[in-house]
Amino acid sequence: MPPVDVRATVISNVRLSRDYNVLTIAAPEVGALTEPGQFVMLKTTDASDPMLRRPFSVFEVLRDDLGTVRAISILNKRAGRTTGLIYGLEAGDPVWCLGPLGLPFNPPSSGEAWMVAGGVGLAPFATLAEALVAVQVPTTLFYGARTADELYYLEFFDRLGVKLVLTTEDGGVGVKGRVTGPLEESLKALDGPNLVTVYACGPEPMLAAVARLAERYGQPSEVSMERTMGCGLGGCYSCVVPVKHADGLTRYVRSCIGGPVFDGATVVWE
Amino acid sequence: MTALDMSVRIGSLVMPNPLMAASGCFGYGLEYEDVVDLATLGGVVSKGLFLAERQGHKPERIAETPAGMLNAIGLQGIGVHRFISEKLPLLRARKARTIVNICGTTLDEYVEMARILSDTEGVDALEINISCPNIKEGGIQFGCSLDGTFGVVSAIRKVTSLPIIPKLTPNVTSPASFARAAEDAGADAISLVNTFLAMAIDVEQRKPKLSNVVGGLSGPAIRPIAVRMVWECRQEVKIPIVGMGGIMDHRDVLEFMIAGANAVQVGTANFVDPFIWAKLLDGLTDYMQRHQITRLADIVGALDTTSPAKAHA
Repeated sequence: MPPVDVRATVISNVRLSRDYNVLTIAAPEVGALTEPGQFVMLKTTDASDPMLRRPFSVFEVLRDDLGTVRAISILNKRAGRTTGLIYGLEAGDPVWCLGPLGLPFNPPSSGEAWMVAGGVGLAPFATLAEALVAVQVPTTLFYGARTADELYYLEFFDRLGVKLVLTTEDGGVGVKGRVTGPLEESLKALDGPNLVTVYACGPEPMLAAVARLAERYGQPSEVSMERTMGCGLGGCYSCVVPVKHADGLTRYVRSCIGGPVFDGATVVWE
Repeated sequence: MTALDMSVRIGSLVMPNPLMAASGCFGYGLEYEDVVDLATLGGVVSKGLFLAERQGHKPERIAETPAGMLNAIGLQGIGVHRFISEKLPLLRARKARTIVNICGTTLDEYVEMARILSDTEGVDALEINISCPNIKEGGIQFGCSLDGTFGVVSAIRKVTSLPIIPKLTPNVTSPASFARAAEDAGADAISLVNTFLAMAIDVEQRKPKLSNVVGGLSGPAIRPIAVRMVWECRQEVKIPIVGMGGIMDHRDVLEFMIAGANAVQVGTANFVDPFIWAKLLDGLTDYMQRHQITRLADIVGALDTTSPAKAHA
């Protein structure tokens, strides 16, 4: 389906911390088309500064009691100018929303789904978890953050029946350290290859580590990559990821149309 | 109501309207087939192609700047042969008027590209890229020298009857003298401007924002300079001018045309709004109706410099 561009209105903006917020916007046309792992391109002004849109995973597709899609949300972490503007939006403000864009996650061919999230990398996993649970795939979320208060939406995943494995860098909640620690323990305990599909989103060193671990233990992985992106539709060639191709060559692939979800075994980690 | 005529002719290339998708901003066109009917554009200019496949630069490849952006993509591309076999048939099926942007590291390579594409059904014109600021070995050495520009255009002229449109750099003192060299060498039109060589620095990290350190500036930040350059070229040459640089809406299209452009290219704005094309056409239609213009070509170069416009706050 082609993407749509809507001038959406902010329904709510929940600041989770000094850096994180969940922005809910009335973009049902986008939400109705969205598959888990897809993204939208947002901007907060129709003037030319800032000019370019920024990519965000669709965090939630929100439905009313009758199941009709009413809105989408994004999980934002304040880092630069547009993410700062998005953090500051209020109900009623306009947001220009183009989407859905990109390739979604593939469902696991068999066995379990293990989602691995680092920080704001939680973003694509709410919709993925819902989709997996709906088809009875046993689903685990390995979720790491710096501190306990930066672990969000735990009740949401718990309510869905997703098993939670938490890590914090300061040890405040869950296992102390990086999320790859308990992931590796769990991978080690598996009885053979191709029993789980590992889905990962987070900082690139984490993605590289997760993809390598999955490969070492014979499990397929899909990673959602974040790149500086100009257009979201394949026009500008700015958001490229180096990918090993079947002919043995490594080529840059546009993450907007050849991703953002990639087979973890094909990405060339730098 | 008389039918409105927005058509533009560049040699054998006849376009129904002056709106072209700029090279490097529209992939190979097919990326956008779901959001815009390619046949409704005046033309689609392909991403810059070399004979061989190219990987381009490492990321970071773009950086946003005030009312603009820098890019140093490095002409990542699939090469002319794969373009002909994989992309061109689909562009033809969509009835897109296809202008192929050709790049070369040597004069021979440009000539070889022109020969190959001249022998290919479905190519409507060639845009000669002698102005990419981002790669050392390509094009720009021709585009920054009057003799180089004349040489590459006249060599291509000898091997093709397709309309040829050299794309000029703004990174010279007088683009108009390059327009003159291109016309003298037999160009059917010129396009300008390519991007302005520029850079941006992250001061906290003391690092360039682009892996290539420098890149090309595009977007509305450059539009007044591009309009001036088009206006200067209009004084210098008779051939059609394809103007570009930061066009964001139909008023910007008109500004370039009144300055002397016969057609325009839209690049960066398509990144912001891929649905821009129909809005531009609607805006032009409205302007023609309000000003009772039946042929849009009548406003080309129609700038009245006898006095400045009345200022509006």
